[in-house]
Amino acid sequence: MRRALQIGIPVAVVVLLALVPKLSIDIPVVLNGPLDNPGTLQLLALCLLFAGVALTYDLLFGFTGLLSFGHALYVALGVYVTAIALTRWEWGLWPTLGLLVAVGIAVPLVLGAVSLRVGGIAFAMVTLAFAQAGTVLVQKNPYGWTGGEEGIGLNFDEIPDAFVGVLNTKNLYWLALGYAVLVFVVVRLAVGSSAGHVWRAVRENEPRVEVLGLNPYPFKLIAFVLASFLALLGGVVWLLLIGGATPEVTTANFTLALLVMVVLGGAGTRYGAMLGGFLYTLLDQRLGSLAGSSEVQDLPDVLRVPLSEPLFLLGALFVALVFFIPGGLASLPTRLRGLRAKREPLPEKAAA
Amino acid sequence: MTTALAVRDLHVHLGQSHVLQGISFDVPTGGVTALLGRNGVGKTTTLRALMGLVPRSRGEVSLGGADVTRLPTHTVVRRGVGYVPEDRDVFAGLTVEENLRLAERDADPRYELVYDLFPELRQRAAQRAGTLSGGQQQMVAIARALLNENQVLLVDEPTKGLAPLLVTEVAAALGRAAELTTVLLVEQNLPVVQRLARDVVVLDAGQVVHAGPAAELLADPDHVRRLLGVHGGAH
Amino acid sequence: MSTFVLLTITGLGLGAMYFLVASGLSLIYGLMGVLNFAHGALITVGAYAAWWFGEQIGGGYGTRLLVGGALGMVAGAIVAALIELVFIRPLYRRPIEQVLVTVGLALAIGALVQGIWGHDPKPILLPDWMFDTTTILGANVPNDRFVEIGIAAAVLVGLVAFLRYTRFGLVIRAGVENRGMVTALGIDVRRAFTIVFALGGALAALAGVLSGVYFSSIDPARGTSLLIFAFIVVVIGGFGSIGGTAVAAVAVGLIQQYANYWASAGTGDLAVVLLLAAVLLVRPGGLAPKVAH
Repeated sequence: MRRALQIGIPVAVVVLLALVPKLSIDIPVVLNGPLDNPGTLQLLALCLLFAGVALTYDLLFGFTGLLSFGHALYVALGVYVTAIALTRWEWGLWPTLGLLVAVGIAVPLVLGAVSLRVGGIAFAMVTLAFAQAGTVLVQKNPYGWTGGEEGIGLNFDEIPDAFVGVLNTKNLYWLALGYAVLVFVVVRLAVGSSAGHVWRAVRENEPRVEVLGLNPYPFKLIAFVLASFLALLGGVVWLLLIGGATPEVTTANFTLALLVMVVLGGAGTRYGAMLGGFLYTLLDQRLGSLAGSSEVQDLPDVLRVPLSEPLFLLGALFVALVFFIPGGLASLPTRLRGLRAKREPLPEKAAA
Repeated sequence: MTTALAVRDLHVHLGQSHVLQGISFDVPTGGVTALLGRNGVGKTTTLRALMGLVPRSRGEVSLGGADVTRLPTHTVVRRGVGYVPEDRDVFAGLTVEENLRLAERDADPRYELVYDLFPELRQRAAQRAGTLSGGQQQMVAIARALLNENQVLLVDEPTKGLAPLLVTEVAAALGRAAELTTVLLVEQNLPVVQRLARDVVVLDAGQVVHAGPAAELLADPDHVRRLLGVHGGAH
Repeated sequence: MSTFVLLTITGLGLGAMYFLVASGLSLIYGLMGVLNFAHGALITVGAYAAWWFGEQIGGGYGTRLLVGGALGMVAGAIVAALIELVFIRPLYRRPIEQVLVTVGLALAIGALVQGIWGHDPKPILLPDWMFDTTTILGANVPNDRFVEIGIAAAVLVGLVAFLRYTRFGLVIRAGVENRGMVTALGIDVRRAFTIVFALGGALAALAGVLSGVYFSSIDPARGTSLLIFAFIVVVIGGFGSIGGTAVAAVAVGLIQQYANYWASAGTGDLAVVLLLAAVLLVRPGGLAPKVAH
């Protein structure tokens, strides 16, 4: 029965989500328009995209215990490689996809091989440094390819028509949904595999893995490359959704946002990261609208200033979350059950 | 005779492991009580639990009659506990003199006493502790604990890994310490125990299996062998 | 030759700022095991506090800088102490959550500063003598560079003296090596934590003020950009080591300047990343001897 629920519920959720563009329902406050409105669909597509990207980060951080501060680099790689190939070099779609696959495997393989030589904080710093190098590269705008501060407006010529134009936003929505589902399935399979067991062992107690005769390094590298490749694909979807490449996707803030998403939802849990990614993106976008709204602008300065900065609210919420719900939202059901259980007296411990 | 240290029903969990399963014993004031047991039974954990360095799931510890169970480590220590850890834990980057100075607690640290016991430390005062030999580091660790007036000294395997000559020196120093304060000594070296200890407490699998005068237990090699798995006396 | 001299001194000026930020980070991580992401926010707070105090005081630019800078450092120390007491201390023994809290605080404080004072850079007005140049070996070096280097050198000497000759310094040095044993000697390390955090905050604030002098302006993003390089400096130099941090800061500042000039703009930053990768491949613990944790 449990097994049926385990498969049944996510399938039902996916079906429900797939039907969204057909529904003309309003969800006040949370959303700005009815569900089948292109603007709303764009927002929801972004939320689904980040649900997927957050899960790719969770594979690294939550499941394998690798705290990377440079995951955004691979999303940015997906964004910029695609944009440059299609717009600056005017390649066709298939050569671009081929290039993406090659880059998506080669780059994390090399960078991961170097970064994973160290662990813990040093690893975090190296990944941060490599991501920073990416930021610099984008800013430098070599040969005018990256467009520096301004970014690149995507050339849609080679993109299939189904994904072009406002009326086709629902197709982009389904693409984002498809991406999220793909990431979920791949991560589930990977985590359940024998490699996945080693990842979890590495997260819990790496020295013990070595004592058992396994070399953790290749396993960590596999997790790194897989997570980065999936993130790269997310970058491609992002590019299609936004319609252009901007350097915001290379910033340290972006990776930190991913960290917040994963922790918000609950690291290393089945659905936590996706939930966190979805909610965070929703909050980020909606709080931004809230911040600019007339209600907030009319408030006295003491309230207006903090409330008009969405990052302030997010930061404050995050701090509160870490203090009061450290396991993330995914841990809430267990906590609530625990609270109820506390009311009943515990049985006396049996004598040793 | 008063009790320097009293332990009641102490439980300690380390990870999944129930390391101490409700131990209770008293350390009478003055003299040396030896805490004995095979490797891994929880002797070091007991000392660390007494100091609050590992969390206690249940039980009570009182020092000189006062309950110290809920107190943080540094407060317990300030009440008068000296600690000589198993791995000495001297600060390698600090000089000998700095190691001692760090340990100062009272207004009147007993440098004369300490340098009297270990004249070599006075000579090597400016030497970095990381460059000292094992035996010399042990002297620093003991000196550190003796610098202040304490109600009790917790000493964890002080002769481990030392050459016989040094073992004698350390034992002599501990004997002197015992004249000044109560000592709870974890030790595997039975001749040293025989020489110093008045009482013994024996642990096995996280529980107290024997407590009583040292002379009585050590006079019975079979009993010793059963409890500790070694031949009584010789090592 | 004169270009080389100019680049060297400018690089040292940059290194001075990195050192100020990195030394605080290094001590905080070395002693407390906390990777303080809010350090960037402390830089920003210090810079803006100094600017604001300077505006309130008015008068000559030199006075504004001096008094504003001093008050900015005080502000940095106070904010840091508050952060440690309210947010870090309750999470003792939960290092991951401590890091996460600093991330949240970094976001919130940065956004708050931006909300109050806006997105655009604020110009920092310098007294004339700082604009003037002194000629050294044929190079015309703006005097403000000497101020930055001088201050950082003074801080370095002060820190080393503090660590070697004071009791707090002794406690910190011992605590960086073995926090548990310090507690076992009856010392309340938590007080040392707050002091180290406040010290780090004051130094970060000072770096923020000096960055205002160096770039002739302050902006909300300054903290983050300095922080990333400071992290790199700390990793290269080794956690908990002031000497290692100083050497690494100088190396990073110089490499950035030379590469940015002689290769192309931005190459310096890439070169620093390569330096980090190279150092870690050879000595995973950084340049300084290992710190036990």
